[in-house]
Parts: sequence; C-alpha cells; structure tokens
Amino acid sequence: MSVLDAKIPEGPIKEKWTNHKNNINVVNPANKRLIDVIVVGTGLAGGSAAASLAEMGYAVKAFCFQDSPRRAHSIAAQGGINAAKNYQNDGDSVYRLFYDTVKGGDYRGREANVYRLAEVSANIIDQCVAQGVPFAREYGGLLDNRSFGGVLVSRTFYAKGQTGQQLLLGAYSAMNRQIGKGKIKMYNRHEMLDVVVVGGKARGIIARNLITGSIERHSAHAVVIASGGYGNVFFLSTNAMGSNVTAAWKIHKKGAFFANPCYTQIHPTCIPRSGDYQSKLTLMSESLRNDGRIWVPKNKEDVEAIRNGSKKPVELSEEERDYYLERRYPAFGNLVPRDVASRAAKERCDAGYGVNQTGEAVFLDFASAIQRYGKEAATVNHEPDASKERIIELGAEVIKNKYGNLFQMYEKIVDQNPYKTPMMIYPAVHYTMGGIWVDYNLMTTIPGCYAAGEANFSDHGANRLGASALMQGLADGYFVLPYTMGDYLADEIRTGPIPTDSPEFDQAEKDVRGIIDTLMNVKGTKSVDHFHKELGMVMWNNAGMARNETDLKAAIAKIRKIREEFWKDVRIPGEATELNSELEKAIRVADFLELGELFAKDALERNESCGGHFREESVEIGGEQEGEAKRDDVNFKYVSAWEWTGDPGEAKLHKEELEFKDIELKTRSYK
Amino acid sequence: MKTSIARKVLMALSGFFLLFFLLQHFVINFSSVFGDGDGFNSASHFMGTNSIIQFGLQPVLIFGVIFHLAMGIYLELQNNKARSVKYAMNKPGANSSWMSRNMIYTGLMVMLFLGLHFYDFWIPEIKTKFIVGDMTGLMADGETLRYFHELQLKFQDPIRVALYCVSFIFLSLHLLHGFQSAFQSVGFNHNRYTPIIKKLGNLYAVLVPLGFIFIAVYHYLNPPH
Amino acid sequence: MSETTMNLTLKIWRQKDAKSKGKIVSYPISGISGHMSFLEMMDVLNEQLINEGQEPVAFDHDCREGICGSCSLHINGEAHGPDRGVTTCQLHMRMFKDGDTIFIEPFRAKAFPVIKDLIVDRTSFDRIQHAGGFISVNTSGNTQDANSIPIPKADADKAFDAATCIGCGACVASCKNASAMLYVSAKVAQFSLLPQGKVEAKDRVLNMVEQMDKEGFGNCTNTGACEVECPKGISLENIARMNNEYLKASITREA
Repeated sequence: MSVLDAKIPEGPIKEKWTNHKNNINVVNPANKRLIDVIVVGTGLAGGSAAASLAEMGYAVKAFCFQDSPRRAHSIAAQGGINAAKNYQNDGDSVYRLFYDTVKGGDYRGREANVYRLAEVSANIIDQCVAQGVPFAREYGGLLDNRSFGGVLVSRTFYAKGQTGQQLLLGAYSAMNRQIGKGKIKMYNRHEMLDVVVVGGKARGIIARNLITGSIERHSAHAVVIASGGYGNVFFLSTNAMGSNVTAAWKIHKKGAFFANPCYTQIHPTCIPRSGDYQSKLTLMSESLRNDGRIWVPKNKEDVEAIRNGSKKPVELSEEERDYYLERRYPAFGNLVPRDVASRAAKERCDAGYGVNQTGEAVFLDFASAIQRYGKEAATVNHEPDASKERIIELGAEVIKNKYGNLFQMYEKIVDQNPYKTPMMIYPAVHYTMGGIWVDYNLMTTIPGCYAAGEANFSDHGANRLGASALMQGLADGYFVLPYTMGDYLADEIRTGPIPTDSPEFDQAEKDVRGIIDTLMNVKGTKSVDHFHKELGMVMWNNAGMARNETDLKAAIAKIRKIREEFWKDVRIPGEATELNSELEKAIRVADFLELGELFAKDALERNESCGGHFREESVEIGGEQEGEAKRDDVNFKYVSAWEWTGDPGEAKLHKEELEFKDIELKTRSYK
Repeated sequence: MKTSIARKVLMALSGFFLLFFLLQHFVINFSSVFGDGDGFNSASHFMGTNSIIQFGLQPVLIFGVIFHLAMGIYLELQNNKARSVKYAMNKPGANSSWMSRNMIYTGLMVMLFLGLHFYDFWIPEIKTKFIVGDMTGLMADGETLRYFHELQLKFQDPIRVALYCVSFIFLSLHLLHGFQSAFQSVGFNHNRYTPIIKKLGNLYAVLVPLGFIFIAVYHYLNPPH
Repeated sequence: MSETTMNLTLKIWRQKDAKSKGKIVSYPISGISGHMSFLEMMDVLNEQLINEGQEPVAFDHDCREGICGSCSLHINGEAHGPDRGVTTCQLHMRMFKDGDTIFIEPFRAKAFPVIKDLIVDRTSFDRIQHAGGFISVNTSGNTQDANSIPIPKADADKAFDAATCIGCGACVASCKNASAMLYVSAKVAQFSLLPQGKVEAKDRVLNMVEQMDKEGFGNCTNTGACEVECPKGISLENIARMNNEYLKASITREA
C-alpha cells in the first residue's frame, strides 16, 4: 500500500462531493473564533480562502509578499473563467466540463477532484456576480459567454481581457470586508520562509517582514499554502517578477510531497524576447489564433533577408510562406492545443527559420482575416465596388474591435504596427500544472497543511485548458477548503492558542536565520540574477518544450553546478535587517535552484509524452500520428509525488495510481 | 462641512451663486453703453434702494464672496500639506491646464480687484446712502440720477481702466476652469451634456470679462460731455 | 537592423529608509536599447551597481505587464513617465533620446510615505477599501443565480471601466493636491452602477470618503491631471458620480 492516500470519497462520481460534505465534521460557530488559520498568498485561491474562512468565523492571518493583496499575479490572467452554466443552451453540463478538463489534462489529473471542480464551477459565477464582479453582458442584460481554446461549447465568462483582475478584485473586496471587521489580519510585504511542524502537524510559519527584515513567528491551527506556480524557475516566463516557489518548497522540505514538477504549460502566443536584458515575457491572449495564421518563410534566404531587414514579411508571396500548422494539422490548423502549437514553433525556429534577430519568433499574420472581414463588411455596408484599400480599411476596423487592446499592447512593446505587418510571437512558460501533492481535501502530506490553486497539483493533469486556472483557484478557496478544513479543525477546538515559544519554533527560526546569514556572508562576485538567468537557460534548453534523456541528465548536472557556485559566489549588497530586494531574490533563487533539479529528475523519470510534457523518446512511430506525442498509459498512468530526503537529487518517488472509472482513455489526435 | 467632498460642493455652490451674480451685474453694466445711460441709471437705482436686495441679497452676496475666498484659502493650505516633499522635477503642464492649477492665484487677484472696486463704488455708495443719508440717487441738480455720471467719471483715469482690464483677464482665467469645475463638483458629468457645459463655460468665461473690459474702455473713450 | 544605443544620465531619489533624509543622486548609464522597458533599464543600472559593490536602487515592480499596479515611478515630472495609457513597466526607452537626463522619483504624497529609495507605502489605499470597498455578501454554495438580475449592458460596461483601476497611485502622484478622489471614486462608481452594490451604497460612500480624508489625501480641485496620467484611463466621470452619491447619501442618511 502506497503511503499516499488520496482520500477519495466512496460512491458514484456525481455524489462524491455531496456525500463527503454531508459526512465530514463541522466546527461549531462559537469555537471557530478560537481557531487560527494562516493563509500564505492572496491570489484567487488564497484570497478567496482567507475571505471565506474569515466569514465562517475562523481567525485568519493572511500573508503576501506584495505591498497589497490585490497585486497577486492572478490579476494578470486575461481570457476568462469556465463554468458549466449552460446559459448558451449548447449542451454544456457538469459532466462535459469534467470530461473536457480530464481529457485536456491528457488523463493525468484525478477524476474525483476534477468532477468536483466542474460541479462547483457554476457557484463561482453566482458568487462573483453577487460580489459585484462586472462580467461582460449582452444587450439583454444577461451574462455573455465565449468559447475558448478550441472547446466545443461556449462556457467561458469574461470581463474583456482582464478577467483575472476582476475576479481577484472580487476576492480582494471580500477580504477587505473581513479585514475591516478584524477577522483577517493582513500581513503584506511579508514572505513566508518556513512552516513550523509541531507534533507532526503544521502549527505556524516563520515569515520575514520585507520592510524591516525582522524574522517573525506566527502560529495557527492550520496553514494554507496558496503561493502560486513556479514558472519563474525558467527565469523568463509570463509570471510576475516576484512569483516564486519558496513557500511551496519550504513545506516540501518539511514533509509535503511535490507532485509532477515537470508538468509545465508553455503558451504559444507571447511576444518574443528582444535581447539579453529581457526581464519577462508578455502573453497575448490565445484568442488571437482564431483569426491569425502562423507562418515562417519556406526558404532560408528569405529568413536571412527578413532578419537583416532587406526584405519585409509582407513582400513574401503565398508560395514563399510555410503555414506549418495548417500543413501539419489540417483538421485543427492554427487552433491546435497550446502544447502542440508551442512545440511546432520551436521546431521551426530550431531548424533555423526564426524570423527575428534572436531567431526565436514566428509570424502571426492577420492579413487574410482583414481581407475576409473587409469583404464581409463591404457586403453588409452595400459597397459592392469597394476598392482594395477600402476592404483593408473595413477589415482592419473589425479586427480592431475584436483585438484592439492586444494590438495596441503589441505595438507599444515591439514598435511595429500589427495591422500592417505580421505580429511576431514565440512560446513562453506560462503555468505549472505540477505542485504540492494534496489529497481530495487539499491537504498535503503534512497534517494541517493545505495547498490550493496553482500551488497544488490536483486538477489540470499534464495540461491545462484555457480559462480553467481561474476556476480552480476560486473553487479551492471559496468552495472546497472552507468545508474540508472544518473536518480537520473539528479536532482542534480544545487545542487552545498555539504558543510560539516551543522548541520547534525556535529551531525553525534558527534555520531561517541560518540561511539568511549564510547568503549575506557569501559576499561573492555575481548578482542573484546572474545565477537565475543561468538556471533559466538550462531549464529552457534542456527541460523546456521537448525533453530527452541526455539533455535532462545534463541539466541535472548543470543545475547542481550552478547551485554550488551560487552558494559560493553570490553577492548581496546591503543588510538583512532592512528592505533588501537582492536578499529577497536570493532566497527565492536558492529554492528555484533545488526545484529545478527535481523538475529535471521528474521529467527524466516520466518516459512518456503527455500533455505539456513531451519526451522525444516517446513519439508515435508510423501511421497517421507519425512523430506526434505518445502517451504511455500502461506504465505512466500515475502521479509522481516526490518526497524530500535532504537533496533534490535523492528525492524519493511515490506513485499515486490514477483510476479512470467515468472516462475512457483516448489518444489525442489533431490530424 | 467636515469632509473633503462637502467642502468641495460648498465651493461649487458659492461659485454658482457668484456666477449668477456676475451675469446680473454684467447685464446692468452693459446697459450703460446704450443710449444716454437712462437704463443703467434706473436699474442701478432699483438695485441700490430696493430693501430686499439691499438687506436681503447683499449680505448673502458678501457672505458668499467671503466664504468662497476663505474656503479657497483653507483648501489650498490643506492641499499643500498633502504633499510635504515636492518633486525635484515636475511637469504639471503635461496633464492639466494652467487655469485649473492656479485658481488660488487668479482668485486672489480677483479679490484684490474687488477691494479696488469696493473702494471705487461700493464704499462711496454706502457713504452717500447711509452716512450722508441721501437715498434719492439724484445728482446735485436734483433731476437726473447720478449713477451713470459717476460711472463715466471713474473711467476717466487710464490707470484705473488698465487695472480693471487686467483684473478681468484674471477673472476670465478663473472662470475658464471654475465654470465647468463647479458642475463636476456637484456631481454632474454626463457624456452628452458635459461637453456642452464646457463650451458654455468657455463662452461665459471669455465673453463676460471681455464685456466688462469693453464697458470700461468704452467709457474711457467716451468721456462725459 | 543594427540598433543604436543610448547614453543617459539618471537622477534618482535615494533614501535609506523611512526615517532617513533622501537626496537625488546622479548615475550615468550607457548602452541602453530603445526596445528595453524602463524597468529593464533600471535592472541594467542595478546590475551595474551590484557589480561595483554599491546598493541597488529599490523600486516596486511585479507583473511587468501593466496590470498589478506595483510599479510607481515619477519619471521626468510625470507619473509613469511621458507615455500615455501605460504603467512604468510598459514604458519603453524609445520614448527617450540619447543624451537625455531622466529624473526618477517616488510617488509623492503625505499619505504615501517613502519606505526606501523609490518604494512608497500605499497601504492607505487598502485602508480605504477596508472601510467599504466591498459588497457584503458571504460565500455560499447557493447564492442566487448569476442571471437572475439582468444589468443593462451600458451600466455593466461602465462598472467594468471603473473596475479596471489597478490601484497604482498615479492619480495621487499627479494631482497637485495629492488627492485620491479618482481612486476612491472608481470603486464607489463601480458598485453604485450595479444593482448588487446599491443596497449599501450610502454607507459605502460615506465611510470610504471619511477614511480617505483621514489618510491625509488632499482635496479634489478638478484639474483632471489624474485622468490624463491614469494608465487605465479611469474617467473623471467617476468622481462626479461619487460626488453625487455622496451628496445623496449625506442628505438622506438616517440620524
């Protein structure tokens, strides 16, 4: 019997969550105020959890490293949030959302969790509307939906291109109400640097006040980690500069298993890197692929000419262009899933067809869409004799109405007019499906320590569907944790306040101080960013979109070497007892340097291609799917949960076998 | 009165009141350039002797002026405190008009002018009416009303005329922001009507002071026979 | 497409901590590409300072795509610099010329005290939200159906436009009076436009305005600077709406 118990409730999948809620323990309202809960992170998952737990009566302490909970990176999500409301009468249902999510995750997610996610999705929309989240509406005053990421139904609710912002501000407002009432105590500009485990249970955290540098002890009866994903292990990603793995990694080192670290989503439509100074990558909504055609030149001479500016992309004739997605995937064309589109772009660029100075960009061309829309508009306007220029003008107007803000953003960043010349795009790390292993109750392998949102691994399997991340974050925080935590906390009503002067707190604080002192005393010669960039290069080149054994083994060796150098040669100016951005970065990068190795180790161990994880050794040979990703359900239908044993290279693998009782496993095909 | 918005609304309301008064004042003064001043004389006499206006509206007006001034100064001092360390480099011109930023200065200039104006007209009036006790409004000949004649005499001094003209320019600058700002302050901003209000405001802010300048210059150029 | 780079002089506010006195310090910097974002230029400077053994310049930043509202620099006399509709992280160096001198200062307001260098404390904004920036509805699995109250599209769109405020504080930084009216009004207007928010509209506006005044922000004199500098284009219309809501609430509230 595996040490992992997912605690999936008995019964048919449709009744699991309801039955579970009916059977678990509940804390009496009078006792809730005696129970402290710490929530680390104030994004969609953490913010909604903090607010809901405080509403229920628990004494919540919330932590974020930003200056305000409203700045968590959930704010940057653009597209939308899925919910099985079936407002459009197109046959959507809880089952269909569940099915799409499991299939989208390439059958590497846990059925029961995903079903619950689909089940509570509708409640999220109700809750958010009640909170005053201004979703897009139709003229009749009812909510509007759109279809997203190639899904067959329209179930995505959105607020222009700022859905994440609006949802986060909703959760933030719910938090504010509780902060005003004194039910949430907010610790902003605080970074969690360790979890304190007393008697086998999570009993508090050690946090650093980022303004004064003081190390603080905070105790609680339970700890929720909602600190987001770890995409910044690649240095360049669409994550915020501060997004980090530290909170998750610290609990991992105290006993929480880390699941599927190699599952990374690489988003195909980002603005390419322009130079070595680049600090982050900017995502542009996937919706652009609905109208844009992706291509590179057929001939290398043209590539060279475009790179050195002697030829303009618009001068290339149709015959001189390679619309490689349409060529390779005639059925889905430019709308293939994210991972397929990303890999195809990398393949062309690796083959030398990249169209910008760095050789890492492909074109996303709207010229034919402008033509098509222009002709339609001319018909509607009764302008049968519209000139070429007039058609382009009309078509550009339609495109502007659909994607105006994205085009404007592109022009601000790249300084080229995408109405006149094709956009350049390149894939970028966007989301990490892997994370802290949790059971059905979202509890980690440390009793009393929970993980929610992107920080956990649970719902997206090996690949996340568009508009599912927001759904999961809010489902965890608003509708799952408030119930499941009660079950655990019901046994804590007689515990009383947790003292912070126990030997466990002493030790945890000492450890944290030890790490900080060591870092400050290296007094080396290279900046933190130097090491972070080196790590990012290794991750991107050796453990990025396509992985193989040789590269992954090399990555492990290289990361170990960078880590060693980091601890010998990093330079952190200033003091630890003041606001010190370099020290903050150093602590985070130190953890990334360990996670990176585990990431590569996990990728190496998973010798199959699934979802966002593509192993070059595991491709279809022969047949229609020749060369495409080959999933291996016989040998790899499990969750890899890694146990810390003192060194990331020595992490111990535990397998949670996945059972699919309600869904039949199918091979992906986009041909 | 205690919150920022309440004060701002009162500032706007007193502003509206002064705008209305100014228009009324302008209409009466403008009548002085027509005919031989009869219209101006009778309107002035009415305004100067009607007891509702003298004892009802005049104190309200004086209170309005003083309130607008005092509140303006108070708010300015408070606003200065809201930014104790100033920018080493600031480009306010990039985002706002000179008029909107300098209401306190244009306002104070208008107040200085009001002092002169009171010295010129209001104090002599009060003296004649309430100290001397002459409520007839007649000249020494006992037949014609004296107001038009007094007006003409005042505007024979080129320095005074110049001071008046300059003051009216400050008034114009003050109104260019103040007119539409008052609507915004009381909570009226509508994408259909606000552009119209802004145009009306500009028209008012230019035409009324220009009109006053015209009156002053007209009388300077047309001395009494 | 060989690209020319720029040499610049940066004049940056340095201040060790909240209690210390600060001053403007001059830094020359070279090899700046026009494609860099302003914050990437700051990264280059900091890398240079670290290599020289000096303390890097502390500044707030996070998402670097113009949505989190962390970045907050007053650049050459304007909040978020000379471009319009962008935050500092979206400002690109192509807006500057070779040889330029660039002043970089923190957002200045009594209610935004400096923490270090260019980092200011904007928690006064949060405290205003605690006073009423919410709709009092608890999380529950059975809130009424989202479509049970139709909302006119025009109102929903306006509420959305107000709700796009990122809370960066550029409005306060640009206002000659350091007034927070645009920020506060954005939240008041968003909720006052939605039926869900109307229930407690009176208390909300009264409480939020009271807190705003307590924090030491200045008074609004309708200069409109906030609207011009706002990276999200929040309209002055919201301030008028708040004035209106406030008037209604203060006249009709119960004793």
